[in-house]
Amino acid sequence: MQSQLPFYPEQASNFAGSVDSLMLYLSLVSLFFAAGITVAIVFFFFRFHRKKPDEVGVPIYGNMRLEATWIIIPFFLAMTMFGWGAVVYVEYRHPPLDTLDIYIVAKQWMWKAQQPTGLREINELHVPVGRDVKLILASEDVIHDFFVPAFRVKMDVVPGRYNTMWFRPTKVGRYHFFCSQYCGTNHAMMGGWVTVMEPSDYAAWLSGSSGAEADPVALGEKLFVEKACSTCHLASGLGRAPSLNGLYGTKVLLADGSAVTADDAYIRESILQPNAKIVAGYQPLMPAFQGQLTEEQILGLIAYIKSLQALPAPPKGAGIAPATEKK
Amino acid sequence: MPREHYLNASYGIRSWLLTTDHKRIALLYLIGVTFFFFVGGTFATMIRIHLLTPTGYLVSPETYNKLFTMHGVAMIFFFLIPSIPAVLGNFLVPLMIGAKDVAFPRINLLSWYIYITGGCFVLYSFFTGGLDTGWTFYTPLSSVYSNSAVTPAVIGIFINGFSSILTGLNFVVTIHTMRAPGMTWFRLPLFIWAQYATSIIFILGTPVIAITLLLVGLERMFHLGFFNPALGGDPILFQHLFWFYSHPAVYIMILPAMGVVSEIIPTFARKPIFGYSFIAGSSIAIAVIGFLVWAHHMFMTGQSTYSALAFSLLSYLVAIPSAVKVFNWASTLYKGSISYDTPMLYALGFIGLFLIGGLTGLFLACLGLDIHIHDTYFVVAHFHYIMVGGAVMGYVGALHFWWPKIAGKLYPEFLARVAAVILFIGFNLTFFPQFILGYLGMPRRYHNYPPEFQVLNVMSTAGASILALGYLLPMIYLTWSMRYGKVAGPNPWPATGLEWRIDSPPPAENFHVTPEVDWEPYDFGNRPDLGLAAPLTPSHAPAHGDD
Repeated sequence: MQSQLPFYPEQASNFAGSVDSLMLYLSLVSLFFAAGITVAIVFFFFRFHRKKPDEVGVPIYGNMRLEATWIIIPFFLAMTMFGWGAVVYVEYRHPPLDTLDIYIVAKQWMWKAQQPTGLREINELHVPVGRDVKLILASEDVIHDFFVPAFRVKMDVVPGRYNTMWFRPTKVGRYHFFCSQYCGTNHAMMGGWVTVMEPSDYAAWLSGSSGAEADPVALGEKLFVEKACSTCHLASGLGRAPSLNGLYGTKVLLADGSAVTADDAYIRESILQPNAKIVAGYQPLMPAFQGQLTEEQILGLIAYIKSLQALPAPPKGAGIAPATEKK
Repeated sequence: MPREHYLNASYGIRSWLLTTDHKRIALLYLIGVTFFFFVGGTFATMIRIHLLTPTGYLVSPETYNKLFTMHGVAMIFFFLIPSIPAVLGNFLVPLMIGAKDVAFPRINLLSWYIYITGGCFVLYSFFTGGLDTGWTFYTPLSSVYSNSAVTPAVIGIFINGFSSILTGLNFVVTIHTMRAPGMTWFRLPLFIWAQYATSIIFILGTPVIAITLLLVGLERMFHLGFFNPALGGDPILFQHLFWFYSHPAVYIMILPAMGVVSEIIPTFARKPIFGYSFIAGSSIAIAVIGFLVWAHHMFMTGQSTYSALAFSLLSYLVAIPSAVKVFNWASTLYKGSISYDTPMLYALGFIGLFLIGGLTGLFLACLGLDIHIHDTYFVVAHFHYIMVGGAVMGYVGALHFWWPKIAGKLYPEFLARVAAVILFIGFNLTFFPQFILGYLGMPRRYHNYPPEFQVLNVMSTAGASILALGYLLPMIYLTWSMRYGKVAGPNPWPATGLEWRIDSPPPAENFHVTPEVDWEPYDFGNRPDLGLAAPLTPSHAPAHGDD
């Protein structure tokens, strides 16, 4: 990536413009104050230079009006910086609804990306231009951070949870990505390239790359039987655990009366620590799978559960009756 | 026969190692922090040489990671945090308030031994495998994955924490109970206000870092799951605990330097400081609000948007008292009688560099902008402007200002001014390019980098060699002056504080007669004892310093 302007990396995503505008605004305000104070100090320094060795300055103890001025004006300027920055950040932290979801698994010291088709890449990421892309980030070991300077986006990749980030690439090209959270010996080598392609090229690339390894849905389906999930999570909803058909993306009512959206983070947590959130009407019977599954196996299970999204959900409350009868 | 003072009151190694004289303890600390500054500086030099080429010039990745980690640990925990409080604070707090010593002289000596003990553990870690976790010790890298000597290092920092706590406690009690008659709170030198605010942070913050690092050690040794998600722990919890101390620790480093600048500027502008109570109050405001901004280091961890909004807002609020100080310092120069003496050059250099460091802090507190610049060289540049441009300039300036009092001798003035200018230029050349590197996207803690970043890295390394010269010069001529410098006399500048009314070096018991204070701080116009002309405009100092 060769930057075209000396002080900016290339602008290649929807966030690049807004982050650069913020940078410009803060730089101008800072330059104004830094220059003003520096000029004042240098001017006083020479103008009020001591002329006689026993000379004394004019005693001035302060001025309330000045103090108020230089508290209030910086305060309001600071609030504009806060407000504008908050607007950009809130947009960044709330991805739009219809996104292209790509899973990223980080480990010392490499990045694995998994396209929605199951196609996997290592230290490379291909995305179509103009499409909202959401990355779902998981770590196998320590904290990493996925950083694309040309997109002006980054997010920590924290073990034990999913973080998400999103962007819309606006320019075809190849851009550096880096790990920007120190993660051990080869931290500086843990980078790669994002390739932004025309949508048609991207589609061709997806279908053309026969390198598609294990299909995550198939992996998940296999695990679903091997780990005996299928003995309780019956599709009919009549098992000891809720049916997973049509679950993904819906609101789930919990035993404590609250509700939660069944997204990746929720499903992950429910696999690893099932007792963290109990679905209303069910008993906390499921064993915890914490430490027993790799990140890729978890992704497989989520992909499988996601694939059940299209199937019709059983009627509400189908499984609740037997559970309550036991009491 | 020479006059008896604290340096020659008794002789022999025992008289130093068992001393309870706060001035001698200050010198013991001076030796300790200078040693660690040298250790940390050596690591920094190797880092900058290594980064001359994109593929790394000098060392392996493992060694590079150890170099920046040990640079950070040595500089922060064993140089910056104790530098001004433990060296100059110990020397000056009793002198400035008119006391014969601190409230607990033996605890004061104990705190130095604790510091040295902690330092030995950390050096043991450095030389038996090194430390490669980053000075931030982020988990689970530090608690599970690192193969370096983490355990002795965290034990060393844990032990060292008690030294800070005891020093803080000593200062708070001393300032409350041992002020001379007439030394009211609003007559205190502003350095004392800064030390007081720093001591509060020492007492309230240090226990948290001590416990946190102990938990890291326990997780490492006994696999207790505090932070490791595989054991049910939460790695982000560590960051909350760590920054709850380590952000206020930034104010531990910068507040005393602000106190120093608040002493130097009125002295060399020869007039009362502008807005005394605003400068004093802003120190306390920084200490208090500084405890409420820690999660601004964590905007990109996936913390909730609401929490990010709150911490960003609070971070902007803590910037206001810092701005108030800068405006008041600049205004103090107006209609002053300004001299170009070395301490003044350091104080003005401090304002310039702190201004850049503080303003770039606004960039990092800005949520939208932090998405891009978080964990890049922009951060590295920002905190070096605060810690080196601010805290170290303040420390070196303070050494020059009080050197005549500490050693009783004057340093070579011309050479000292040259060194101050070299430091200022070398510093900017080293760290300003790093702001640009960061915005271009170079992440921090990289032992190699894409070739397009090389020009700026070479500039930075060139600046660092100038900077190193700027530090070596004062080390040489200050040491030289102890033997060969001109005799300073009690008050060479002259300055208004109580410490300047006694001989240089001060007698062992400080004041033969307890002084009584009946003047306002920095009131050069109403101090006939200083031998200065009457002020151009007659004035009467108001009771609380400003109108």
